Amino acid sequence: MSALLAAATPTTTWYLILAAVLFGIGAVGVLVRRNPLVMFMCVELMLNAVNLSFVALAKRLGDIGGQTTVFFVMVVAAAEVVVGLGIIVSIMRRRPGATADDITALKG
Amino acid sequence: MNNVDNSPIDWPSIDWLAITPMIVLLGGALVLLVVGALTPRWPRSLYALATVVLTIPALVIEMVLWNRVGHEGPVAVIGDVLAVDRLALLAWIGITVATALVALSSSEYLRREQLDGPESYAMYVLAAIGGMALASANEFVVLFLGLETLSIALYVLAASHRRRVESQESGLKYFVLGGFASAFLLYGIALLYGATGTTNLSTMGRFLEAEVFVNGDDAMLLAGLALLLVGLGFKVAAVPFHFWTPDVYQGAPTPATSFMASVGKFAAFATMLRVLLVALPSRADDWRPVIWVMAIASVVIGSILAVVQTDVKRMLAYSSIGHAGFILIGVEAAGHAGDTDGLPSSLLYLTLYSVLVVGTFTVVSLVSRTGDGHTDLAAFRGLSKERPALALGMTVFLFAQAGMPVTSGFVAKFGVIKAAADNRSYAVAIVAMIASVVAAVLYLRIMISMWLSDAESGDDQREKVAVPFTSALVVTVSVAFTLFAGIFPGWLIDASRDALVLVR
Repeated sequence: MSALLAAATPTTTWYLILAAVLFGIGAVGVLVRRNPLVMFMCVELMLNAVNLSFVALAKRLGDIGGQTTVFFVMVVAAAEVVVGLGIIVSIMRRRPGATADDITALKG
Repeated sequence: MNNVDNSPIDWPSIDWLAITPMIVLLGGALVLLVVGALTPRWPRSLYALATVVLTIPALVIEMVLWNRVGHEGPVAVIGDVLAVDRLALLAWIGITVATALVALSSSEYLRREQLDGPESYAMYVLAAIGGMALASANEFVVLFLGLETLSIALYVLAASHRRRVESQESGLKYFVLGGFASAFLLYGIALLYGATGTTNLSTMGRFLEAEVFVNGDDAMLLAGLALLLVGLGFKVAAVPFHFWTPDVYQGAPTPATSFMASVGKFAAFATMLRVLLVALPSRADDWRPVIWVMAIASVVIGSILAVVQTDVKRMLAYSSIGHAGFILIGVEAAGHAGDTDGLPSSLLYLTLYSVLVVGTFTVVSLVSRTGDGHTDLAAFRGLSKERPALALGMTVFLFAQAGMPVTSGFVAKFGVIKAAADNRSYAVAIVAMIASVVAAVLYLRIMISMWLSDAESGDDQREKVAVPFTSALVVTVSVAFTLFAGIFPGWLIDASRDALVLVR
């Protein structure tokens, strides 16, 4: 086993595949989970999967641009957390324990 | 200490004039927030007035820049991250004007709903800055930042009616689905970066022009393009990425809805045009079929589903999906080699539609009465007797949305359908014409409710529709523009043709 691991050197492709898997988990999570907070966490997972892709691609290309992009994405994600939690809290205060299935005042 | 590097750092030359409109708006929004928080509530309409006053210098500088681009040609400024060309400037002007109109129409709405304060206005202005950055972004990082500045402000605006559960629901749905879409868009950007080694639109365009891909080398590029189109499709509310639109448009406070439909759409389409025509024109054969499908699906589904709704805000949401489809027809036409009609016609559509939609939703916000809950068709019953002028204004807007001649809507629809026909996309042109006839039924339903429906028992007890001065002003300006642009469209068509020269 250890010989096998030693023979396999991680390449940027591994990280790209990991990022794609994480992105997929996040995307499926948004679609199937019913708790607004968990859905929101899944969106964050998707954004961080993209960050991982950016870093792996920057390493592959030998270019600093992709790594700096990650900082911008992190700042934006933080700003999104502030607004998103505000909205979720204001809904939860009115209806404790609400899931996405309960929030159905709008339909047509 | 001998090896200290004291050589000067490369600093991009900054074209201050080009970013002055954004700086003015940003400074104004921050002053409005801080001063508004520190002072007791301002007298009636003063917040809206301050916002309008703020947009005037921005608008003047945008006009100056428009002239400058005419003399010196389009340029990319600040290390090539912002494109100052007429596509960007037309979007800036449209966004600034729409912001001023929405601020005016919010004034009495926010008072009526007891939400008066500087916050909403500051959010409009901040969202407008995001939209402006988005419309002129020549760099994917700036594009993402602009998009998120616009979107985050819109999430707040959608949820800003604190006492309406529908508003909070709309904010939550918009937030989760908007974040979902942004992640797709960003993943698309990451893969395009991986395939081309750059996040600059112009550089990417030149790279792809020269590069020859063999044996599926371009898999990453195509995946990136697909994810990018998903993300942009969400933002412009095109079928099949439209499902958030009806709920969000219906639940959000009506002025916020009009802001989304005008500024949000304008900025998102401007960036879509720029990305597709500057960064990816050499892959037009890959993205054009996708846009083709999205355009046809949007006009058909937008028109048909709009007709079966009973809530006017929801109808207008579906109709905005249909309008997005019409604009996509212009985008599709722009993807044909050597085309000169697609880009101008979709830009013209956006310009005319963003004024039109603000006027329409202003009338809806007045009819929705205190609580912002009366937006079903019945709420419009008897409006012609109670408020004939308002009903007349709404009729003009509805005729324009349906594409009747003499209104701006006809000019807009004629432009995109002509662009499609010139490029031999006859299927799109025919489907679009049929869909616009179907959609006319929806506008007629609202008109019948306003003009022909008999009063029913209980109508007397309803709250009267109040028409405050600021909202009347917005409706008047929008009607005047809708009719003027419908009768004398030449100058606007020329302006949108000037936008054909992009920064590359």
